[in-house]
Amino acid sequence: MFRDVQSARRDFPILQSLVNERALVYLDSAATTQKPQVVIDTLTDYYTRYNANIHRGNYSLAVEATNAYENARAKVARFINAEHPHEIVFTRGTTESINLVAYSFGEGFVKEGDEIIVTELEHHSNYVPWKLLCERKNAKFRVVPFDENGELDLEQYKAMLNERTRLVAFNHISNSLGTVNPAKEIIRLAHDAGAVTLVDAAQSVQHISHDVRDLDADFYVFSGHKMYGPMGVGVLYGKERLLEAMPPFQSGGEMIDIVSSEKVTFNVLPYKFEAGTPYVPGPIGLSAAIDYLKCFDEKEVHAHEDALLKYGLESLKEIPGLKVYGNPKQRSSILPFNIEGVQHYDLGILLDARGIAVRTGQHCTQPIMDALGVTGTVRASLALYNTREDIDALVNGIHRVLKLLRR
Amino acid sequence: MSIKEQEKTLIENFELLENWEEKYDYLIELGYELPEMSEDLKTEQNLVKGCQSSVWFNIRCENHKVFFEADSDSLIVKGIVAVVDKLFNGQTAEDLLTADLSFFETVGLWRHLSAQRSNGVSAMLAHLKKAATDCLTD
Repeated sequence: MFRDVQSARRDFPILQSLVNERALVYLDSAATTQKPQVVIDTLTDYYTRYNANIHRGNYSLAVEATNAYENARAKVARFINAEHPHEIVFTRGTTESINLVAYSFGEGFVKEGDEIIVTELEHHSNYVPWKLLCERKNAKFRVVPFDENGELDLEQYKAMLNERTRLVAFNHISNSLGTVNPAKEIIRLAHDAGAVTLVDAAQSVQHISHDVRDLDADFYVFSGHKMYGPMGVGVLYGKERLLEAMPPFQSGGEMIDIVSSEKVTFNVLPYKFEAGTPYVPGPIGLSAAIDYLKCFDEKEVHAHEDALLKYGLESLKEIPGLKVYGNPKQRSSILPFNIEGVQHYDLGILLDARGIAVRTGQHCTQPIMDALGVTGTVRASLALYNTREDIDALVNGIHRVLKLLRR
Repeated sequence: MSIKEQEKTLIENFELLENWEEKYDYLIELGYELPEMSEDLKTEQNLVKGCQSSVWFNIRCENHKVFFEADSDSLIVKGIVAVVDKLFNGQTAEDLLTADLSFFETVGLWRHLSAQRSNGVSAMLAHLKKAATDCLTD
């Protein structure tokens, strides 16, 4: 048991607030996690004390800002066990990281007749960029389906892999169902076929292991704001040899080496992919979030979240007419459900009236909703600061809402 | 009753209720009181799409007055539809087009509901206004 959950809750000022005159029960951490005070303070400190444009100025403020930004890169590299800090590119978020690879790797290495594989479990952000790339290049877009338990059909995946497969993009954890996908196996099979892999770790980096070298991931992408860091910062990890070989994505300041009317040459990694003034406080705030996470034993946090998920699944199943979607062997932090005869939107709105924040709708995963045959689901999602009391509040809230709706 | 009088009564009724849950309870009650819409009228053509719920409007124009039947698969949205029904059903196209709908933007519950893009309140109002414009020129 993660003993510090009550003290951890006190680190998040928003969790002490009232919403609609009731204590906030925040169960939407898969959309974004709340921020600990130390992250909020780090952003304020940056703007209060050493705001300056980085990499250019030689004065003290610029040096301090540059150091903080580059130290954040090194910290992120250590956090995911990358070999080099220059394999870390800062972006605006997971979506931009994926678009960068879809554009840049796509321009460099995907030709007509090649194939890209994604899965039916993807968020639109890890689906649409690849679909559009395939349309641009006349490449084949292939989708690995999932079964009734919400697990990927690996036999179909194996059958899809061939010498034309250039890239396999998949999420480590599904944002709609919480399925933990067998990332190592998916990557090994892709590598055996000569394809590279992109792991969408937006929902996994904060909940399960995040060792890119253990996974042998070629690209690994995630957002700061879903792991207790600021909104607006994302990470693209790419193996050095791949990032070196890829053409730039955006162009402009910072990413260039020599510019004249005859010739433009590009800066070294990672700057080649960071055109323009970056969102400097974002990585610095993310670095503070990583330090914050280090206050805890990661295994204890994961065990706490897993125990809470199990408690949540058991508690929800007691509610008559409630259906939980998927039954994967391994699920993490996400409780997707509907209640017979109740519109998901209505449930979400009426839970909000009781201060309970859950997400309703399609969760940017229309292919999943189509496969489930629903217009949407209710999704409760967990983070390290959630407690059994939050689950109890959700269950009691649902009972109360059902009384309002059924008359 | 005119649109203005209906609006005044509705705002007063909602303000009498103390908390959000009671307001929603009343809204849902209004939805239950809405005359039923025949299933054959719930066509693709009559669908006003919100992001998380569906609303159907079957609108007729008679003597420059706008009449409609409406329904939604969401009870909350059906309550909103019932409010729209009380305000506008049977009113003249001109009154509908010139009605001040600012209470949707300013009064507690309505501001909260209009601010959500997902329930389609604004799409619903735009749909009615368009029908009223067509009715005016009919």
